[in-house]
Amino acid sequence: MPTLTINGTEVTVDAGKSVLQACEQAGVDVPRFCYHERLSIAGNCRMCLVEMERSPKPIASCAMPAGDGMVIHTDTELVKKSREGVMEFMLLNHPLDCPICDQGGECELQDQSVAFGSGDGRFSENKRAVEDKNMGPLVATTMTRCIHCMRCIRFSDEIAGVEIMGAIGRGDHTEVVTYLDGLLDTELSGNVIDLCPVGALTSKPYAFTARSWELKRHPSIDVMDAVGSNIEVDTRDGAVMRVLPRLHEDINEEWISDKTRFAYDGLKKRRLDRPYVRKAGKFEEATWGEAFAAIKTGLKGAKGNEIAALVGDTADMESMFALKGLMNSLGSQRIEARQDGAALDAKIRASYLMNTGIKGIEDADYLLLIGCNPRSEAVMVNARIRKGTVKNGLKVGRIGAVADLTYTVEDFGDDASLVKAAKGGRHEISKALKAASKPMIIVGQAALAREDGAAILKMAHDLADKYCISEGWNGFNILHTAASRVGALDLGLTTEEGIKGLLKSAKTGDVKAMFLLGADEFDSSTLADTFTVYMGTHGDEGVKHADVILPGVTYTEKAGTYINTEGRVQQAEKASVAPGDAREDWTILRALSDIVGETLPYNTLSELRIALNEAVPETATLDTLPEADWSDFGTDGDIAKTPIVPIGGNFYQTNPIARASDVMAECVSVREGATEEATGTNG
Amino acid sequence: MSAATKFAWTPENEAEAQKHIAKYPEGKQQSAVMPLLDLAQRQNNGHVTIEIMEYIGKYLGMPAIRVQEVATFYTMYNHKPIGKHHVQVCGTTPCWLRGSDDIMAACKKHLGIEKGETTKDGMFTLGEVECAGGCVNAPQVSIGDDYFEDVTPETIVDILNKLAKGEKVTPGPQNGRQTSAPLGGPTTLADFKGKTAKSGGDA
Ligand code: SF4
Ligand code: FES
Ligand code: FES
Repeated sequence: MPTLTINGTEVTVDAGKSVLQACEQAGVDVPRFCYHERLSIAGNCRMCLVEMERSPKPIASCAMPAGDGMVIHTDTELVKKSREGVMEFMLLNHPLDCPICDQGGECELQDQSVAFGSGDGRFSENKRAVEDKNMGPLVATTMTRCIHCMRCIRFSDEIAGVEIMGAIGRGDHTEVVTYLDGLLDTELSGNVIDLCPVGALTSKPYAFTARSWELKRHPSIDVMDAVGSNIEVDTRDGAVMRVLPRLHEDINEEWISDKTRFAYDGLKKRRLDRPYVRKAGKFEEATWGEAFAAIKTGLKGAKGNEIAALVGDTADMESMFALKGLMNSLGSQRIEARQDGAALDAKIRASYLMNTGIKGIEDADYLLLIGCNPRSEAVMVNARIRKGTVKNGLKVGRIGAVADLTYTVEDFGDDASLVKAAKGGRHEISKALKAASKPMIIVGQAALAREDGAAILKMAHDLADKYCISEGWNGFNILHTAASRVGALDLGLTTEEGIKGLLKSAKTGDVKAMFLLGADEFDSSTLADTFTVYMGTHGDEGVKHADVILPGVTYTEKAGTYINTEGRVQQAEKASVAPGDAREDWTILRALSDIVGETLPYNTLSELRIALNEAVPETATLDTLPEADWSDFGTDGDIAKTPIVPIGGNFYQTNPIARASDVMAECVSVREGATEEATGTNG
Repeated sequence: MSAATKFAWTPENEAEAQKHIAKYPEGKQQSAVMPLLDLAQRQNNGHVTIEIMEYIGKYLGMPAIRVQEVATFYTMYNHKPIGKHHVQVCGTTPCWLRGSDDIMAACKKHLGIEKGETTKDGMFTLGEVECAGGCVNAPQVSIGDDYFEDVTPETIVDILNKLAKGEKVTPGPQNGRQTSAPLGGPTTLADFKGKTAKSGGDA
């Protein structure tokens, strides 16, 4: 471990650290543009120059390994002059158009030139101009502002795993491009906006809608998938202006997916902003009182288990808990959250969690994917797997449909019965699992949402039990796609019959009334003859056959608790204002409980949370990776020799918010356009 | 692009390409991207295309953008069709001090084209390049793979004339200089004359 002196203070750093990192450790700020701790070192901007004794010239601290006995100065005249010089060069060809630049106010170039620049440049010739590029509907470009730090290129290559960005030409003619000016085709593309230290890459949907200093920042949790990415929701006058990632080393690091970042325009479209009651086949606007009265009438004649409820994919713990309370007080236990019909078992917590944890993937040396496509189902998990393959030599095998996951995957076929073979011991998969010291499996919903799902779950259990469980290591993982799912299972919101059975019962009249809590991922036509109350945010599938609509709020409009696929409990703050007459879901349920005469025993959010903590003790442990006890689960049975069919539909449109978003729709259409074009020219 | 014009190595170049690849360790075949681009450029009458870059990318197992980065970085890869003879006048300081402006002017006038243009008959493309490493015999002009040094406006026009007629030209110094020795013959170690052949370069 080298010890070096920085501005007169000695620091000892881990071997392999750079001088810049040593400076950071010593609490000394070093300006930088190209250096980024999660990307490889480029050393091309020279902003990090520092003085090293016995070196004839300043050194680029980001690219210089810290050595024992080095004496570094960052506060000398030479360093000041170097920074001024680099800054002046940087600005030679920069347009200095901050007043019309979206990065203004949060621009590293702006900040560093104020802090380290010399006030004036000596270049009076014409600046170069670079044509803007078209990277698709998400990333806006003003390439004249580019300072060639190459962060965006390194990000696409190294983190996103798509080698489509590059720098062509040289010297004064260098241009940062996507190959042939094509789409920046990765579901992580928005992150280059955060990485770009200047205003060359900015957000297209956010363009010119707000200034960073006008925004209120609210810590929140994403609900677009079951990862629970930490996000910051930025609002102005109560409206969501943009969504940014928030650092969480164990979940999303500092990235988020494009759906998480850009689906927010869907918060303002197709919204249910007042109650509706269906009269003579048509929806009519109603007051809350009228809507509740209609529900009371509708529930007449339905008793106990004749009332059922379906829970949607983005529901928070609070509303699910209130729904459960209401249903139970009405005498019904029929609440189902597994909209996709996955044969998950709510009794054993370890059976439905990602036990290894997202960060745990980095330690694994073999991963078997069973019926899951992490790239579309949980982008941040996929990024983590990729990181494991790059940094730790993680090998990945797959039982399931072939799809490009941005890293090498060994395909064994998509036949579900391979899970059994893998357990057997003689199959290549068994050998790979056996050879690994920290093997893990990830089971996707596609493998469980089959007739033989319970048998597959059992076989996956046995497989994990045989190979993936050791002291301090649980390699059994379920990858969920719905933000609400783990919480719903913790609340025990499952039924024997499953969603299929419930919908069948609705047809036969065994279920007379149905509550939908933002449930939109099933064919609602089966509820045509059932008295249906839809509580939710968007005019999506669930409202089609509803009799009463109660307007709820989205994840940015309420304080909510969510449990991610790892079983980690997180809380989101309320960030934006709900439209019209919409109310927080738990308050709707609380009010409704009053009407039907079974008042729920809490009046405030904190009272509700106390009750929730009692009912589900796990919810009291915020932001910790649980260690769920390992035991037996699943049901023995035959596994059909049939392919595991992928589920989930288009990545960009998996929930009502994303489906309402024009930006997401554009992401879909630009890709469809791309495939058409490709067949057009190749065919 | 129709199938007829699709780029693929000729059998000879395929063998040549494999020779280049063999120079690098297993798994590092991408290092051969530059010689392969050059080879492909020669096969394609002097310029590379997007199609060629993609072909080489596939051939070496690297993304097309990485090939394009290399191909656009180095000026010796041409991205537009060029004439039979690629005339590149050096314009860097030593050559410029020795009159490269006049050489360029003579070429322009003689060929009737500007920098970066190709004559109508497709015989000549004119360009200016940075130091070609022939400064000792400045001014220098490269034509195709050959260096012509110590040129004057007259000698360069003469060379261009001969090339146009398909006559033989002699590369190297155009003023009788022996390689890069002083114009008037050797001035130092003159007494060693004659012995040099024997003692070779060992001394
Ligand atoms: S576009 Fe931004 S991130 Fe990319 S090289 Fe230019 S300045 Fe850096
Ligand atoms: S930060 Fe060190 S060279 Fe850019
Ligand atoms: S300057 Fe012309 S060859 Fe070097």
